[in-house]
Amino acid sequence: MIAGIIGYGAYVPRYRIKAEEIAAVWGEEPDRIISGLNIKEKSVPATDEDTVTLAVEAARNALKHSGIDPKEIGALYVGSESHPYAVKPTASIVAEAIGATPNLTAADLEFACKAGTAAIQMCMGLVASGMVKYGMAIGADTSQGRPGDALEYSASAGAAAYIIGKKKEEAIAEIIDTYSFTTDTPDFWRREGADFPQHGGRFTGEPAYFKHVISASKGMMEKTKMKPEEFDYAVFHQPNGKFPLQAGKMLGFSSKQLERGLLTPIIGNTYSAASPLGLANVLDEAKPNKKILLTSFGSGAGSDSFVIRTTDLIDKKRKGITPLMDYVNDKQYLSYGLYVKHRRKLKSM
Amino acid sequence: MWRRIPERYRMAGSLCENCRQNFFPRRTFCPICRRKGKIVDKQMSGKGKVFAYSLVTAPPVGYEGEIPYILAIIELDEGPKVTAQIVDCKCDKLEIGTKVKSAFRRITEDGDEGIIYYGFKFKLDK
Repeated sequence: MIAGIIGYGAYVPRYRIKAEEIAAVWGEEPDRIISGLNIKEKSVPATDEDTVTLAVEAARNALKHSGIDPKEIGALYVGSESHPYAVKPTASIVAEAIGATPNLTAADLEFACKAGTAAIQMCMGLVASGMVKYGMAIGADTSQGRPGDALEYSASAGAAAYIIGKKKEEAIAEIIDTYSFTTDTPDFWRREGADFPQHGGRFTGEPAYFKHVISASKGMMEKTKMKPEEFDYAVFHQPNGKFPLQAGKMLGFSSKQLERGLLTPIIGNTYSAASPLGLANVLDEAKPNKKILLTSFGSGAGSDSFVIRTTDLIDKKRKGITPLMDYVNDKQYLSYGLYVKHRRKLKSM
Repeated sequence: MWRRIPERYRMAGSLCENCRQNFFPRRTFCPICRRKGKIVDKQMSGKGKVFAYSLVTAPPVGYEGEIPYILAIIELDEGPKVTAQIVDCKCDKLEIGTKVKSAFRRITEDGDEGIIYYGFKFKLDK
C-alpha cells in the first residue's frame, strides 16, 4: 500500500436535461443519439453553481465521512477544466470554505478529464513521504459543449473529493499502486479565452481514449501482477456510455464488473469528476476486501490507473457517507431554453 | 467582503461563554453581558428552519437571471437568524418551520471580469 483513502465525498447538481430534448432542437434522431452515445440524460448546474461550489459540496461530504479535523489537511488540489478564474485558484476558495486554511499547500490542476486522478497521485506522494498528514484531491467540472456539437449531449457537471492518508488503520480503502501513461495527442482542446472546446471527432477514440486507457490499465495490471478476473469492480473514464464498456471488453472485463462504476448514461460526462465519481459509486456499496481497478483518461492525452482494495473499515464508516445516488435520483428536468440560461450560452447574458 | 469570508463561506460565529448566547455573524463584544461577557469562536452547524420566506419576482440589479427565487429568514439551530436564499426548491415545498441546511453557492459577481462572491444559501434538509 502506498496510501489510503480516509474519506470521500460526491456531489452532482440537481438539474438534468434529456438527450431527446437536445436532439429535438438540432434536428437529430433521438434514438440514434441515445443508443449511439449511450447517454439518456446529463446533469446541469444551477445558475449559481460552478466548479468551486461543486468542489466545496464534495469536499464537505468527504470531511464528514472521514471525521478528520480539516486543519490536518496539508495539501489540497482541485483538478478541473472549468475553473471559474483563469488566474486565482479554486483550491484556496475550497480550502477556506472547509476550514483547512491557512497551513496547507494548495493548487489547481488541469489535464482535461484526468486532473482529478492526477490530484490523487500528488496527494499519495505527499502523504507517503511524510510531507503532509492528509491530502485532499478533488475532481470537479461544469463542462461546456458548443451548441449543436456532439459534446452537448455529454458535457455535464459533478464533483468528487478524496482524502488521502498514510495510516492503514484509518483507511476505508488502500491504494495498492498506481501507473500512468502519457503522450502528446491533440484529440481535444480549448484555447485560452475560448468559450467552447474543439475535438478531433473520430480521432478522439482509437488513438486517444483507447490507446491510453488500455495501455495504462495493462501496465497497472502487469506492475501488480493481477488479471482482470481478480477484480471485483473496474471503473474507466466515461466520455460517453459506450467507450468504457468497449475498453473493458478489450481488456477482458465483464459488463458486471463495470456496471456499478458507469454513470455517464444517467448524468453525462462529468469530466475531471467522471472516473472519481464512478469510484465513489463503487465505494458506496463495496464490501471489505474488494479489489477495484480505476483508470482515468484526460485528452491531450494521458491515463492514470490505480489498484484499490477496500478494508474492514469501509462498513464501519458507511454511516458517514452521503450516497452519490441520493444526488443522482433527486432531479429536476430542464427544457433546452432553460438549459441555455443555466449554462449562460447566450452571448448577451 | 474578504474580511467576512469565514462567516460567508463556512458560517463561523461566536459564543459568549458567560451567558451562553450564540451570535452570527461573529462578534467581539457580548451585547448582553457587556464587560462581563467572554466571546469565543463558535462554528454554526449550517442547519436550521424556515422562520419566514418570500418569493422574489422583482429582483435587485445582478439577480435578474435568478427570478423567481426564494428569500428567507432562517433560524439556525444555534439560535441566530440569518437572511438567505433557499435554492433547488419551489415555494410549495416550504412551510414555516421546514428544516433546511446550508449550501455553498455563488452570491454575485463584479461583472464578467470581476471578483466572484461566494457564500451560504440554504436548501431543504431531507
